[in-house]
Amino acid sequence: MVREAPAQEDSAQAKPILLDVRDLAVAFDSEGGAVHAVNGVSYTLAEGETLGIVGESGSGKSVHVLAMLGLIPRPPGRITGGQVLFEGRDLLALPERALRTVRGGQIGFVFQDPMSSLNPGMTVAAQIIEPLRIHLGLDGRAARARARDLLDLVRIPQAGARLDQYPHEFSGGQRQRVMIAIGLSCRPKLLIADEATTALDVTVQAEIIALVQELKREIGMAIVWITHDLGVVAGIADTVQVMYAGRILERGPVDDIFRDPRSAYTLGLLRSLPDLSRGRAGRRRLHQIEGAPPDMRYPPPGDPFAARNVYATARCLAEAPPLVQAPGAAPGHLVAAWYDLPARLAAEEAAR
Amino acid sequence: MRPEPADRYPLLSVRNLRKHYPLRSWWGGKGSVFRAVEDVSFDIRPGETLGLVGESGSGKSTIGRAVTMLNPPSAGTVAFEGTDLAKLSAGEMRRMRARIQMVFQDPYAALNPRMSIGDYVAEPFRLHRPGMARAERRDEVEGLLARVGLDPRFAQRYPHQFSGGQRQRICIARAIALKPSFIVADEPIAALDVSIQAQVVNLLQDLQDELGISYLFISHDLRMVRYLCQRVAVLWHGRVVELAEADALYEDPRHPYTRRLLSAVPVPNPVEERARLRAASLLPTADPDATGGLVEVAPGHWVADTRYA
Repeated sequence: MVREAPAQEDSAQAKPILLDVRDLAVAFDSEGGAVHAVNGVSYTLAEGETLGIVGESGSGKSVHVLAMLGLIPRPPGRITGGQVLFEGRDLLALPERALRTVRGGQIGFVFQDPMSSLNPGMTVAAQIIEPLRIHLGLDGRAARARARDLLDLVRIPQAGARLDQYPHEFSGGQRQRVMIAIGLSCRPKLLIADEATTALDVTVQAEIIALVQELKREIGMAIVWITHDLGVVAGIADTVQVMYAGRILERGPVDDIFRDPRSAYTLGLLRSLPDLSRGRAGRRRLHQIEGAPPDMRYPPPGDPFAARNVYATARCLAEAPPLVQAPGAAPGHLVAAWYDLPARLAAEEAAR
Repeated sequence: MRPEPADRYPLLSVRNLRKHYPLRSWWGGKGSVFRAVEDVSFDIRPGETLGLVGESGSGKSTIGRAVTMLNPPSAGTVAFEGTDLAKLSAGEMRRMRARIQMVFQDPYAALNPRMSIGDYVAEPFRLHRPGMARAERRDEVEGLLARVGLDPRFAQRYPHQFSGGQRQRICIARAIALKPSFIVADEPIAALDVSIQAQVVNLLQDLQDELGISYLFISHDLRMVRYLCQRVAVLWHGRVVELAEADALYEDPRHPYTRRLLSAVPVPNPVEERARLRAASLLPTADPDATGGLVEVAPGHWVADTRYA
């Protein structure tokens, strides 16, 4: 028997696997029954790789990273299955004490709302110094010097003078920079950014993204960038992963996902964006995805997108498709679909 | 101001609008003011969508609330179909509200959680058409719900039973109940998922085509603004720095702030977006410092400060 080496193993030899998520499942107990927020998510992230995760609210894109960091409230949250191997160690099996040395140390994170992530009663210096003392064991003076360097690194002017200010004395963009400084303080191997620029003005978003790109070149960390903005993902991601109803529907190299989408949901997302290539005059009516995501208290038995998918087959409604290499697509371009999207699109084109 | 041809007579005409907020003064000293909006003028024509863009704090929402008199301006005039809104009595303004409506960013905050959506959509009829028979009102509400793409049988349900996109449709159904000619839409799609945004944008366009509604579309989604709006005004620190036809503004921005703003917009195409990121890192990031009166640099293309013309 010939052993087929999947493309992912090839790239794994080039770059070691940093994060290996295996069949992760998360549920929240609620009055109306358990909400199945994450339903068997598996993927790997190589060192230095940037993974863009897109999906709408309720897709499980945020919940699954919170769960892997031990940050969902339990109860009502429950991790109902799976493993999250970070450098070979299962984060889900680690005691809280050991997890704390990973979280904020080797894994840095930045969330959407800097005002609620920062402590309003502590100076910015105190909040940057805390992880430095805990994770790197720096003494007060060394930690303060490093905190100053970090504020410099995230381009906050007069860093030395601003260390002893409180979060409310910073603008929204600057607060997010402070969060990034904290996220990067211990030179993490992995930075998780969850809608980190969503609440910011587009000009500030551009500065933060340029900054993260530059820091990535300096530090060489891997990034998981969670967003609903396909434009941001297009620019910074190596790999894109599309999530829906707690599952991965499609995943692959960024250029292939945009050029050759294989999931009807990905295609719907791309088509729902205004096409401005011919200006406003040449615009077409926006393609809209009818319907709404399923109620995850009662997850559908089959493909979760089937009810909104015009290409769905009877099998889509009955049986959940596995995430596998898409036929004829680039290596590592995976899709969970029973229907053959390129064939269906070609048939549509021919019928026109 | 240029004379407008009669058929393009503006529906809404805003002149030298100003909104100042007093800042706290200490010990009876003279307090200073925060100039949220300063000397803003624009027209909106019948059936037109004017986009209002700018960063947070630039005065977008303040203008939206000032032109609807929800938060009246400190100075300047807002003329709706030739009537100066500031000169109307409370009763006259209430009648005028049937013609001017607003749709907000957060549909859940706008809805009353304890009122069925049928009652919520019917409320404008109860307030403005007290003589309307109950059966007729019910028919109107069912028609409105159907018009925005909701099942009329849902009228008895409550807001928590709807998704974000459905809630925004409910708010739109109420906004169009009295057949307004003008709607201020303040970030109406910002809180919605990408797959739902298109539904709401298409609905707004269809309603414009059918009912001839004019919109003031306030948004930070610059790509959607270009798609939806015939003309776009760029706000910076409470002033309009550029106003032009959408394509002219996006293809030939004149003011340095407009250029900086547009160059920061991500493009959902990996090749173009990576090229944009490389190019953007070379652009100077200095803020422009001068804003003056608007000057027409090309037909319909107005820019603050002639240095940038």
